[in-house]
Amino acid sequence: MLLSIDLFLVIEKLVLIIVVVMASLVIAMYATFAERKVAAIMQDRIGPNRAGPFGILQPLADGLKLFFKEEIIPSFSSKFLFILGPSLAMLTAMMTSAVIPWGDTVTLFGREIHLQIADINIGILYVFGVVSMGVYGIMIGSWASNNKFSLMGGLRAASQIISYELAMGIALIALLMVTGTLSLRTMVIDQTDGTWNFFKQPLGFLIFLICVFAECNRTPFDLAEAENELIGGYHTEYSSMKLGFYLFAEYINMFISSAVMVSLFFGGYDIPILNDAHAVEKIGQNWMAVAHIFMFLGKAFFFVFLFMWVRWTIPRFRYDQLMNLGWKVLLPLALINMLITGAVILFLQ
Amino acid sequence: MSVTQILFWLLSVLAVCSAVMVVASKSPVHSILFLIITFFAISGHYILLNAQFLAIVNIIVYAGAIMVLFLFVVMLMNLNADSEPPQKNKYILFGGTIAGASLLLVLVAALKQTVTTVQMVETNTGNVGLIENLGKILFTDYVFPFEISSVLFLSAMIGAVVISKKEA
Repeated sequence: MLLSIDLFLVIEKLVLIIVVVMASLVIAMYATFAERKVAAIMQDRIGPNRAGPFGILQPLADGLKLFFKEEIIPSFSSKFLFILGPSLAMLTAMMTSAVIPWGDTVTLFGREIHLQIADINIGILYVFGVVSMGVYGIMIGSWASNNKFSLMGGLRAASQIISYELAMGIALIALLMVTGTLSLRTMVIDQTDGTWNFFKQPLGFLIFLICVFAECNRTPFDLAEAENELIGGYHTEYSSMKLGFYLFAEYINMFISSAVMVSLFFGGYDIPILNDAHAVEKIGQNWMAVAHIFMFLGKAFFFVFLFMWVRWTIPRFRYDQLMNLGWKVLLPLALINMLITGAVILFLQ
Repeated sequence: MSVTQILFWLLSVLAVCSAVMVVASKSPVHSILFLIITFFAISGHYILLNAQFLAIVNIIVYAGAIMVLFLFVVMLMNLNADSEPPQKNKYILFGGTIAGASLLLVLVAALKQTVTTVQMVETNTGNVGLIENLGKILFTDYVFPFEISSVLFLSAMIGAVVISKKEA
């Protein structure tokens, strides 16, 4: 029986899930702080520095402020769906973390524990499935607001996400043709032994990166909540912590998609130049796993920083420019990339 | 009861109840949301049969793409009970009931006749649904129907482009 319950396995996975979820939440919390600091540095300001030393308690203050704000649910709106919207946004943001390999194996209490919640053999497709679910949080929330402007903002956001999913999927197909596996763990192990996938698929990575920016609704594609043109986009009617959930989901998405990009293209927890087998002999497997986790987080944080760097450097696209880029540039480019990859693989065989 | 059985019953109850709610709920938007839940329950069944690829593709294509378009259309048209004239004609309701009941009868009869009821379903153990095996079978044994269906998809895509171009 595959599903016969092993109590220790359940406890192990439960602990892993709680740790990963808590870590993502804390990291996303401090990503909001980092964003404000990065913006401040780029604009030659000091940034938040009042709450705690160097302002490091600022995210807590922001969270408390959101909790204490008055909660408004518009009349005539479906109350259940109105609450379901931000909850779905949060849920889909968190769910992707299940297939990411955060590090290699550790041995605790005589058990070999993989630092990954679930190693399923459809890993990438699972990520893709969850991403395609992300639209519902926005659409349901915008419709339940019972506000025309919210609905228009929601449609804008949803059509943007759908359009960029296509190019993203095809860029991934080219990557799958190179790696020959869908499991993220196998992919990372292959990259540890060989070269990083980035060097095999540079164009694929570029397309994927641009699509991730669009999927996360980040500048230059943050048309979904272009506050100076569109009121507030799909979350116009939201207030208090429900608004907080929508905004916070964006930061979780940023961190998780950085983690996905790192494991797909940049060797995951692989430490470059270092020979893992030697290092394991020297410091032991568990410490090696810790080093791996820090390496992984370091790479992921770089991409989170990239998100912020781009946001405070590049102005917003116009909506028709956005659609043209998605359908007339990225999609053909991804198709050509896939064809070339296929031809090269066939030639090398 | 084993875990598989418990999951099976949970998913089945969820699938049937939400499928009934698709028909029963007054608001079209709620109907679509229930339909999405039904798709998720069916994907759960696929996973119980170890057909992971089918499960995730069901979610990506049906729940993730087609249902979003349904939702788009329904939200934009703002359909609700007021804009829909109530069904007055009793004969149509009567005829619909008879047609539905006959379809159910045919389905039950067909299921009773099939040989597959004798073969037990391979829960958890079957490997056909895993992506490597499925891919190999699709590109060797079933390559002709596979290619035919891809041509069908292509023609549907071109058709959609042609229809949308005519409007402009």
